[in-house]
Amino acid sequence: MDIIEILRTALSQALGPTAIVFALAAIGLNIHFGYTGLLNFGQAGFMAVGAYGLAVTVVIMDLPFWLGIGMAFLMPLLLAIVLGFPTLRLRADYLAIATIAMAEILRLIFGSVEMKESFGGSNGLTGYSKPYKDLNPYDGGLDLGIIRFSRDDLWSVTVGWTLVALGCLLVWALMRSPWGRLLRSIREDEDAVRSLGKNVFAYKMQALILGGLFGGLAGLFHALKQSSVVPSDYSTNITFFAYTALLIGGAARVLGPVVGAIIFWFLVAGLGSIFSQATEGSDPLLPTWLMDGTQASLIRFIVTGLGLMLLMIYRPQGIFGDRREIAIDGR
Amino acid sequence: MDADAMDKTLGGSTGLTATAGPDLSAVPAEPGASKPDAIVVGDGITRRFGGLTAVDVAHIEIPRGAITALIGPNGAGKTTLFNLLTGFDVADAGTWSFNGQPLQKVAAYKVARRGMVRTFQLTKVLSKLTVIENMRLGATGQRGERFWSAPFRALWSAQEDEITARADELLARFKLDAKREDFAGSLSGGQRKLLEMARALMVDPELIMLDEPMAGVNPALKQSLLGHVKSLRDEGRTVLFVEHDMDMVRDISDWVIVMAQGSIVSEGTPDAVMSDPRVIDAYLGAHHDADLSELDEAALEAAVEAEIEAIEAGEN
Repeated sequence: MDIIEILRTALSQALGPTAIVFALAAIGLNIHFGYTGLLNFGQAGFMAVGAYGLAVTVVIMDLPFWLGIGMAFLMPLLLAIVLGFPTLRLRADYLAIATIAMAEILRLIFGSVEMKESFGGSNGLTGYSKPYKDLNPYDGGLDLGIIRFSRDDLWSVTVGWTLVALGCLLVWALMRSPWGRLLRSIREDEDAVRSLGKNVFAYKMQALILGGLFGGLAGLFHALKQSSVVPSDYSTNITFFAYTALLIGGAARVLGPVVGAIIFWFLVAGLGSIFSQATEGSDPLLPTWLMDGTQASLIRFIVTGLGLMLLMIYRPQGIFGDRREIAIDGR
Repeated sequence: MDADAMDKTLGGSTGLTATAGPDLSAVPAEPGASKPDAIVVGDGITRRFGGLTAVDVAHIEIPRGAITALIGPNGAGKTTLFNLLTGFDVADAGTWSFNGQPLQKVAAYKVARRGMVRTFQLTKVLSKLTVIENMRLGATGQRGERFWSAPFRALWSAQEDEITARADELLARFKLDAKREDFAGSLSGGQRKLLEMARALMVDPELIMLDEPMAGVNPALKQSLLGHVKSLRDEGRTVLFVEHDMDMVRDISDWVIVMAQGSIVSEGTPDAVMSDPRVIDAYLGAHHDADLSELDEAALEAAVEAEIEAIEAGEN
């Protein structure tokens, strides 16, 4: 078994563009769920409108790239407002149902045959990312032996981690402020906040919009690093992967979603590499009656899920969480 | 008077007498009586839950600058009336005003901003925030609560310091200063009541509405809570509170309103109300005059409940 190969696969995923997409999406969910207590199960939908905002503007409408970037921010903002108005006055569960339905509706519309002219159907859209690639200042890729990035990936990693860092900085600055205190109070008990003269609805809307913008940014970044927008990339399990990353790292902590996304992809990619090595070749480590190559690519998610269960049992606050906060819940 | 001095004069004494409030002796002791200077005036306030009429108040006036007690058996509609007046529930009919401004169909947060702030029967402290953060939240008009200025500390840190100073003053007055950095979730039931009251004061309300401030509070803390409620009036606020503890009602209230089955059945000064035979029958029970310390309180409560049930059974 090639340990270096396993480590290289795991690290390249954990520090590469994929983890960045999930880190950004999870930062958004942290604002929604971690700080404000809003159950958004449709982060994939926010990602999709971010990605399609760019692709449709550039490819279908033939407008400039930078206008497309603008649309990638405008669309999630509008989506948050449309979703928030009917549901934020209701109990938290209504938002959860509305968002999960919204994400599925959007994915089906974007992939539908009838709307192929506008959204490219199940093949999606390509050919919008040239200005992004042209900005790449690197001459070649990066090979440190244990971690390897192609030239394109190196550029995406640079842009992506910069975005994550700026995002964390913004979240940190906001959450130490009275504005952040208000969001955390709403998470605890919105009637108490209301009784003190605060417009709870307006603050929940602001939180929904901000977290949705981070979702849109994740989608936009995914579209740029991938050079294609495909509806199947925005299925609901993307949302739950992002939630997993958030819970591993610790909700309501600035760096929680980022570290969570890194660990999640380190585990998924590392385990994938271990199991595929264990089942490949003419004389595999694991006998074929126990596991074949196809099963190996799936078992990593089972093991990751098991790990998440153990984490929730023995460290429910996640890696960065504060145990005292969780203990109070038991009262 | 500074906070410490106020505590000395009010906190420790037990023989509290209600004399500092406005003179309400001229007000007739009858339901819906008109007061010389009412801060809240309501008419025809109705709230139904299906077939049950929870609140049906023909006319109510809350005197300004006084401590008014709202009493009545469980299910009389006291908390529902609180919810209606503060915008936490929507009335089926009725009008009411605060300081002359109509308040019906006004959102709860706007009601609070106008100076009418409530607490809750089941305390709503924000358990995962520290005590001082709970207090800071109460301050109104915070620049740092606006999204665009929130990321820039320089824009709100000075105001935050002022708020913190005011919060610390209140915490000292309510003897919670030792708990400043603790999570509010770690406080005892009585301390939560105190914190909620202190937090409501951060809003600087004209009228403070306390829903069962004594429920679940131990006797030692009760005395200091009584002092705190009186100090609210003495600094010029109006207090309206729901309470089952008759000792407290007698000790500190200037005016008592009795509700039963959704409507006001009696009103008057504490002495007048407690000698009203209807109130005794419906609520207080025959032993209300006896010193509670000599009686088993639980047995008394059971007796009162049994009497109420008997009355209700008789009426049905």
